Amino acid sequence: MTDFSRLGVAAIRDGVANGEFKAVEVAEALNTRVAAAKALNAFIVETPEMAVAAAQAVDADRAAGKPLGKMAGVPIGMKDLFCTEGVQTTAASHMLEGFVPTYESTVSANLWKAGAGMLGKLNLDQFAMGSSNETSYFGNVISPWRRNDGGNAALAPGGSSGGSSSAIAARLCPAATGTDTGGSIRQPAAFVGISGIKPTYGRCSRWGIVAFASSLDQAGPMARDVRDCAIMLEAMAGFDPKDPTSLDLPVPAWEAGLNSDLKGKRIGIPREYRLDGIDEDIAKMWDNGIAWLKDAGAEIVDISLPHTKYALPAYYIIAPAEASSNLARFDGVRFGLRDLPEGAGLQDMYAATRAAGFGEEVRRRIMIGTYVLSAGFYDAYYTQAQKVRALIARDFENAWASCDLILAPTTPSAAFGLGEKNADPLSMYLNDVFAVPASLAGLPAMSVPGGLDKQGLPLGLQIIGKALDEQAVLNAGLAIEERSGFTAEAGEWW
Amino acid sequence: MSVDKDTVNKIARLSRIAISDAEADKMVGELNGILAWVEQLGEVDVTGVEPMTAVISNKLRLRDDVVTDGDVRDKVLANAPAKEGSFFGVPKVIE
Repeated sequence: MTDFSRLGVAAIRDGVANGEFKAVEVAEALNTRVAAAKALNAFIVETPEMAVAAAQAVDADRAAGKPLGKMAGVPIGMKDLFCTEGVQTTAASHMLEGFVPTYESTVSANLWKAGAGMLGKLNLDQFAMGSSNETSYFGNVISPWRRNDGGNAALAPGGSSGGSSSAIAARLCPAATGTDTGGSIRQPAAFVGISGIKPTYGRCSRWGIVAFASSLDQAGPMARDVRDCAIMLEAMAGFDPKDPTSLDLPVPAWEAGLNSDLKGKRIGIPREYRLDGIDEDIAKMWDNGIAWLKDAGAEIVDISLPHTKYALPAYYIIAPAEASSNLARFDGVRFGLRDLPEGAGLQDMYAATRAAGFGEEVRRRIMIGTYVLSAGFYDAYYTQAQKVRALIARDFENAWASCDLILAPTTPSAAFGLGEKNADPLSMYLNDVFAVPASLAGLPAMSVPGGLDKQGLPLGLQIIGKALDEQAVLNAGLAIEERSGFTAEAGEWW
Repeated sequence: MSVDKDTVNKIARLSRIAISDAEADKMVGELNGILAWVEQLGEVDVTGVEPMTAVISNKLRLRDDVVTDGDVRDKVLANAPAKEGSFFGVPKVIE
């Protein structure tokens, strides 16, 4: 009998289309795996009946000879940041506990239209603010990976899309949605040895996604290989008049365009990413990546992105500023939590509600954002950060004169243990040092597995492309995938 | 620039987030740590650089000035923590 947990998006889609198995068989098998993996805490809500219903509809369409969608019969996990009609959507916060949207996000609606089904809503860092999934109100997500030291230390699955990364690596689902504001698709993908792509800003509609930092937020797919990412991105992307920053462009046929022959492509290696004291396993993986891309026919060139070191501090002004504005909507009046102390007036109700409903990291970021936008400080912090952001984008523009793609590590280290980095917010922020520049510039960027470190933990290679050139990013990802021989997976301890 | 406890309390008030005295004390150190770190942006020469407004150039679209949605009162009220009839309920604001 087929072990459906071993099949990816393409294999499930093709197997269903060819009649090798029924979509319902896949949905039921994965529902069982999800239900048996509670120890990972990857899901906030499980929706087995929805996975089965979507599969039955696909099986019925196939029996009736109707055309099937790009994701027909593929059960997926949905990050709990996407509003799903009739299914609780929390952004992993107490603020939205019990919130049941009366509408569907555009990206999730696109996926259901393509024939995908929903296994459940995936845990994440609260309001997508975090890099380890430790800020969720619904508890930490645990990575399926463990170090090879014989210890059982619980490791971070990365964040904010940590439920997505953990569930895919544990083969609870072949793919899941993620969102990336400053690395939230790429960093968790790297930590668990899977692939994930953040497309160009504007490719995927933000409508119905709980907003964090609107000029940075972008949805994308996470899956176990590059082809599966290409298929799912095609299903997710597309113009949406409901999002004013949505790009009115046709969705390219990324899967059909996959080609790992990189002859004629120039790959830039940014010297500023080779930090002093870089982890030696990371440096070695990066060198391997360079060799693989050369082997695929690409030319390697040294490039400079001189403002790299300022990306993270600029991000930690811009993202909290936008968050403080976006999260002003949580007022205890229209939806979500209300905390009304005895005898309190409206202002006290706002303050009590927001103190009770937001977790510590969310409150911290709202306060930083409020401060940098406040009278007297706006120019010194916010305007300066937006100018630096323009320079970071210009760095990439200049680099494209001598290269077509950029190769760098996704993270400065392998996954860390839960609790190891949350004493000091800054040490957690620094984990996104390689991911944030592409976010600030709105560029497509992908993480693919690059190997294991000395502790036996996965490391990710990041490919950054020109705006709208997801195809080149995916192709370079495929070239790496074909050469890295990455087949390691987490042992099933849960 | 660094913040003191009065400033932290003021930011909390502007943010409409209630904080205790102990939380304000803790927040002074945390915010100062983060602010000291972002201060390095001041080193960057930004002469003649316009602040970024759109990351991917995109023209803001206009649509016809017609009603395209509405008539969803019950949906809008569905998640209200305290609705009163067809209204959002709030504590008394006028004495």
